Amino acid sequence: MKTNHHFAFFDEGSKKEIRRAILKAVAIPGYQVPFSSREMPIARGWGTGGLQITLSIIGCEDVLKVIDQGSDESVNAVSIKKLVQTTTGVEVTDLTQEATIIQSRHRIPEVPLDSNQILVLQVPAPEPLRDVEAREYMTKILHSEEEYSGAWLQLFEQIMKFGRTTTGADHPVYVNHRYVMAPSPIPRFDNPKMHQSEALILLGAGREKKIYAVPPFTDVRSLAFDDYPFKVESFSGKQCRLCGTSDVFLDEVLAADTGEVSYQCNDTSYCMERLNQAEKAEVENNYA
Amino acid sequence: MHEQPMLSVRNLEKQFGPGCRMCKNPIGRQLEKNYCPHCRTVYACQNISFDLFPGEILGIVGESGSGKSTLMQCLYFDEELTAGEASINISDLDGENVFTLSNQQKRYIRNHYFGMVYQNPMKGLKMDFSAIGNIAEKLIAAGGRNVAEMEVIGKTLLEKVHIPLFRMKEEPRRFSGGMQQRVQIAKALSNQAPVLFLDEVTTGLDLSVQASVLDLIKKIQRELGISMIVVSHDLAVIRMLADRTLVMLNGAVVEEGLTDQILEDPQSPYTQQLVYSLL
Repeated sequence: MKTNHHFAFFDEGSKKEIRRAILKAVAIPGYQVPFSSREMPIARGWGTGGLQITLSIIGCEDVLKVIDQGSDESVNAVSIKKLVQTTTGVEVTDLTQEATIIQSRHRIPEVPLDSNQILVLQVPAPEPLRDVEAREYMTKILHSEEEYSGAWLQLFEQIMKFGRTTTGADHPVYVNHRYVMAPSPIPRFDNPKMHQSEALILLGAGREKKIYAVPPFTDVRSLAFDDYPFKVESFSGKQCRLCGTSDVFLDEVLAADTGEVSYQCNDTSYCMERLNQAEKAEVENNYA
Repeated sequence: MHEQPMLSVRNLEKQFGPGCRMCKNPIGRQLEKNYCPHCRTVYACQNISFDLFPGEILGIVGESGSGKSTLMQCLYFDEELTAGEASINISDLDGENVFTLSNQQKRYIRNHYFGMVYQNPMKGLKMDFSAIGNIAEKLIAAGGRNVAEMEVIGKTLLEKVHIPLFRMKEEPRRFSGGMQQRVQIAKALSNQAPVLFLDEVTTGLDLSVQASVLDLIKKIQRELGISMIVVSHDLAVIRMLADRTLVMLNGAVVEEGLTDQILEDPQSPYTQQLVYSLL
């Protein structure tokens, strides 16, 4: 039996509710807007927040790209892509510059985004103060009074214990000089990409029922003390074993048999594109 | 000499409960202790007024349940009060009723001008963060953004309260009660706030630790000229620390004056009983 589902899976009422939350989020950069997260055909914690945003803003003309920690081909990314494509019939792509909506888990693509694109990030834990204050009604008060000593305190503790800040991902940011926000577990390497981003960035937490946003051209500063400036991961002296790039976020690859360590682009489509270009150039040079 | 009070409180009222027609009017209301027998509304603080002068220690004594801690929590903005005014002698807030300020402004006053030592260290400290981190929290809240500077201040204070520096990165959870209390004092002192609230600081500490904590408070007051409000039910503590004392009973001030005067020549029946119960 084949049933026809509504365009983009949701009924229009649901889309309207989520879009309203998105509009409010855009109007108050960095503020977590509660919304009635819906039951989705994937489990909570697997990108339902991002998926709900994508489904509510997608139109027939959009081109979709979904990545999971930089990869276009991982099971999660493919499943989400399939679901959206089956219910909307939109085109999907791997190329960052071709996409109009990019749903991502834990990475911002290497290719800079432009003002015609929307980046949707999946968020597991939207509250940057949760580790210092367990009660939601208290964190709401702290946000409203701009009392962020808790977020700073966490960084201070790391410096005291380990001599530097140790946030591997999800390093808290100040948005528009007002709200402290969890940027989702993107590496520190991607934090500066949010600052004055041309593209709209929407963040959705399905399990925690929150939507928040960084509108285009908004100041986003990573929290850092005066004498311990914010630093991104450094890959100096290392390069991708496939395409040779050195100024992107690299994955460490350990060969199980030899124990040899090599590095590889985390953003697979970026790597693939560079390889294709290199091949094209080689063909043109050698056989033209 | 005419000195301006650092903090002046006028007609502070705090009630828990809506009140009924039997007890709404303060004149002629019949309370049983501090609550109305008809509607069970508790009148925790009734019409409390006092001034706190720069560099002065003001003692507040009274039996448990007399409203001492509630008063402190109202002053520190932990509790919303029912009615009343307070003004603080800071140039840009002079003459303003601090209780009607916005929550953000209250937070600012609390972070920059007030320090608090709670009776229970659980309330004043983050038990899962290091001792030095707890001190830094107060400094960060008051705008500190330099780790090295905050570390130096933290270390100096911890030394002052006799916490061995090799334990500064340990969580207060693993400290003894007396040590926790001393970390709390260090935290309250960190941003050199001109007003300090001390709520039963020495209750539950053994005598030798009690003595060193009291010494410390006295020393701080002499060296830094900080104004303090000290709440205690222990008259010995009050006698040692306070210049002036308020005696509270059932939510109201029954007597106030110089500490020596109150202890030597108590006027109200309750104070007389209190003083004569002293072993």
